[in-house]
Amino acid sequence: MRPSALLERLLQLVPVLLGIALVVFLMMQATPGDPVELMLGDALATPEQREALRRDMGLDRPLPERFLHFLGNAATLDFGQSFHHRRPVADVILERLPATIELTLAAMAIAIAVGVPLGVVAAVRRDGWIDRLATILGLAGVSMPGFWLGILLILLFSVQLGWLPVSGRIGFGAEVPPVTGLLLVDTLLAGRPASFLEALRHLLLPAVTLGLAMAALLMRVTRTSMLEALRQDYVTFATAKGLPRRRVLIRHALRNALTPTVTVAAIETGTLLGGNMIVETVFGWPGLGRLVVEGIFTRNYPLVQAAVLLYAVTYVLLNLLADVLQTVLNPKVRL
Amino acid sequence: MSGPLLEIRGLAVVFPTRGGLVRAVDGVDLEVFSGECLGVVGESGSGKSVTFLAVLGLLRPPGRIEAGEIRFEGRTISGLPEAELRELRGRAIAITLQDALTALNPALTVEQQIVETIEAHDPDLPRGRARRRILRERAQELLRLVGIPEPARRLAAYPHELSGGMRQRVMIAIALSCRPKLLIADEPTTALDVTIQAQVLDLLAELRERLGTAIVLVSHDLGVVAEHCGRVVVMYAGQVVERGPTAAVIGEPRHPYTRGLLRSIPSIAEPERPIRPIPGQMADPIRPPPGCRFEPRCSLARPACRLPIALRPIDGGRAARCVEVAA
Ligand SMILES: Nc1ncnc2c1ncn2[C@@H]1O[C@H](COP(=O)(O)OP(=O)(O)OP(=O)(O)O)[C@@H](O)[C@H]1O
Ligand SMILES: [Mg+2]
Repeated sequence: MRPSALLERLLQLVPVLLGIALVVFLMMQATPGDPVELMLGDALATPEQREALRRDMGLDRPLPERFLHFLGNAATLDFGQSFHHRRPVADVILERLPATIELTLAAMAIAIAVGVPLGVVAAVRRDGWIDRLATILGLAGVSMPGFWLGILLILLFSVQLGWLPVSGRIGFGAEVPPVTGLLLVDTLLAGRPASFLEALRHLLLPAVTLGLAMAALLMRVTRTSMLEALRQDYVTFATAKGLPRRRVLIRHALRNALTPTVTVAAIETGTLLGGNMIVETVFGWPGLGRLVVEGIFTRNYPLVQAAVLLYAVTYVLLNLLADVLQTVLNPKVRL
Repeated sequence: MSGPLLEIRGLAVVFPTRGGLVRAVDGVDLEVFSGECLGVVGESGSGKSVTFLAVLGLLRPPGRIEAGEIRFEGRTISGLPEAELRELRGRAIAITLQDALTALNPALTVEQQIVETIEAHDPDLPRGRARRRILRERAQELLRLVGIPEPARRLAAYPHELSGGMRQRVMIAIALSCRPKLLIADEPTTALDVTIQAQVLDLLAELRERLGTAIVLVSHDLGVVAEHCGRVVVMYAGQVVERGPTAAVIGEPRHPYTRGLLRSIPSIAEPERPIRPIPGQMADPIRPPPGCRFEPRCSLARPACRLPIALRPIDGGRAARCVEVAA
C-alpha cells in the first residue's frame, strides 16, 4: 500500500470527524436541563452568580461560535469539567481508559486464538464432531449473557477453587508506577514478575468472559468464509500442485478467508473499547464502561459527550485499520 | 515401458446432491501413452473435467469415485492415501484448470505460486540465501519457457495484474515446474481470444516436443483437437462414445454424436456447409437414459438403442458406443 493512499484516507476522515463533532455538539444543546443548573447542583446561587457562570461557560455566545469553541477545545482534549468529579473530563477518562484497553486487548487475543483456529477446523472437518461441538458452543457463546458467564466463572474459579481473585485489577501491595497504564506492561517495566502474575490473575476471568463471546462470533465468521474459500478453484489448483495439505489450508484457503474475520474483529474491538458495563461491574474492573454509565445516570453531560466523541473516533480509526489490513491480505483491494 | 502411461478403466464418479445422485462420469475407459497428445472433446457437462480431477484425487467432497481403476505407469493410483497422491501431483501428473483467473490465488504473486510448487517436490534445494536465488532463477526460467516477456518483472505481479493469456501461461509454467510426464490441460484456450488461443496451443505442442511431456488436451472444440492431437476421445453424458486416431474419427465418424459435433462447427474443407447445432439437451445426469445416452437426441434412434451398450471396437484402434457398429 502506498503511504500517500493512507494519508489520503486519513484526510478523508476529517469531514467525518467534523460531522460527528457537530452531532455531538447539537445533541448536547438539545438535551433538556440547563447546564448551569446542573453544574451548580444543589448549591445556592444568586441570579447574578448564575449569570456570571453562564458567561464563564460561554453559554451567552451564538451557537456557531460556541461550536468553533467546542472544536478548538476538543482538539486540545479539553472537554471541560466533569460535574461529578470536579476535575477535567479528559483526566477522568484517561485514568480509566488503560484498564479498558488492557481488557480489550486481552479479550481480543483470546477471541482470535480460540475463534479462528476453531472456525478453520470446523470448516475443514465440516459436519465432523469438532464442527458440531463448535456450532453448539458458538451458539451458546453468542447467546449467553456476559454477566451470567462471568458469575459462573467467579463462582467456580474464585469462590470454589480459590485460584483467581474475585475483582479488581491488581492486589494491594502489588501496585507499580504507571507508565503505559497497561498493568501487564508496567509490571514488567518495573521488573516485578510477582506483580505481573498478580495482574494477569486479575485480568484472566474478565478477559475470558468477554473473549469467549467474541470467540464464538469470530468462529462463525471464519467457518463460513473458510467453507467458501475451500470451494474455490485456487484451493483445488494448490492441491493439484502437490502442496502439503497444511499449506493449502493455511496459505491458500485461510489467507483469503480471513478478510471478513478481520473486519468483524476490528469492529468488535471498537465495541469493546467502549467498555463493557456489565462485565466491568461483575468483576469490579475500573474501566470506561462503568464510568460512562455512571455519567449517564448522573447526567454528567461533559463526560458523556467526550466519551461519545471518543467512541466515534475509535470506531472510525478501527474501520480504517480494517481497510488497511484488507489491502495486506488481498492485493486486489486498494485503499 | 510398453503399457500406457495413464490407464482409466470403468471410472464412475458421483456427486450426491439434494436432487439425487449426479452420475457425472459413468464407466469411462481411456488411456494416454507416453509423449502423445490425446484430445478429449464433448459438450459442456459431458464429464471431461470431472474425469481428470478424479485422476488426481481432486474431487471436492461429497463427490467421489464410485467404481473403476486408475493406473499410472502400471501402478494403481485410485484410492491411494493423500500422502502418496501428493507425491504424484505436480511432479508426475500436472493439471491446468479450466479457468486460469480463479485457479491462481489472488493473494499471492506469480513467483510465490511457482516457487512453492518447486519447493514441495525438490528435497535437494540448499538452505538460506542460495535457495532463494536458485528458486527465483528457476521461476524466471519457467516463465521464459512459456514465452512470457520480462520474466523478472512478471514474477512480482499478482494474477489480476496479468492478461488472460498471460495467466494461462503462468498456470502452464506452474504445471511444468517439476517436469511432469503427463500434463492435463483442461480447456486451456476457452477463455482466450483467437490469436492468443493459437499461441497457447502452439506453446503446448512445442513443450511436448521439447520436454516429451504427454498431454491431454480437453476441449469443446473438435477443430483445435484435430490440429494438435494424434488421438481423440469423444465424451457424451459421462461416457466415452467414440475414440480413435483423430484423422479417422473426424474423417469417418462412427457415432451419431460425433457426426453432430462435426456438423456444429465450421468446416475448413467445406466453408459453405451450414452449421447445425445438435438439437435437444444433454441427458439428465441424475436419471440418464437406460441405453445409449444419446438416443433421445439421435435422428437414427431405434428400439435397440434403448438397451445398455458398451464401447464396440472397430478396426484401426477405434471404438464407438453405437448399435450401428457391428458387435
Ligand atoms: N461439485 C459438483 N456437484 C454436483 N455435480 C457436479 C459437480 N461437479 C460437476 N458436476 C456435474 O458433473 C457433470 C460433468 O461436469 P464436468 O465439469 O466434468 O463437465 P465438462 O465436460 O468439463 O463440461 P465443461 O465443458 O462445461 O467444462 C455435470 O453434469 C456437472 O453438473
Ligand atoms: Mg470442464
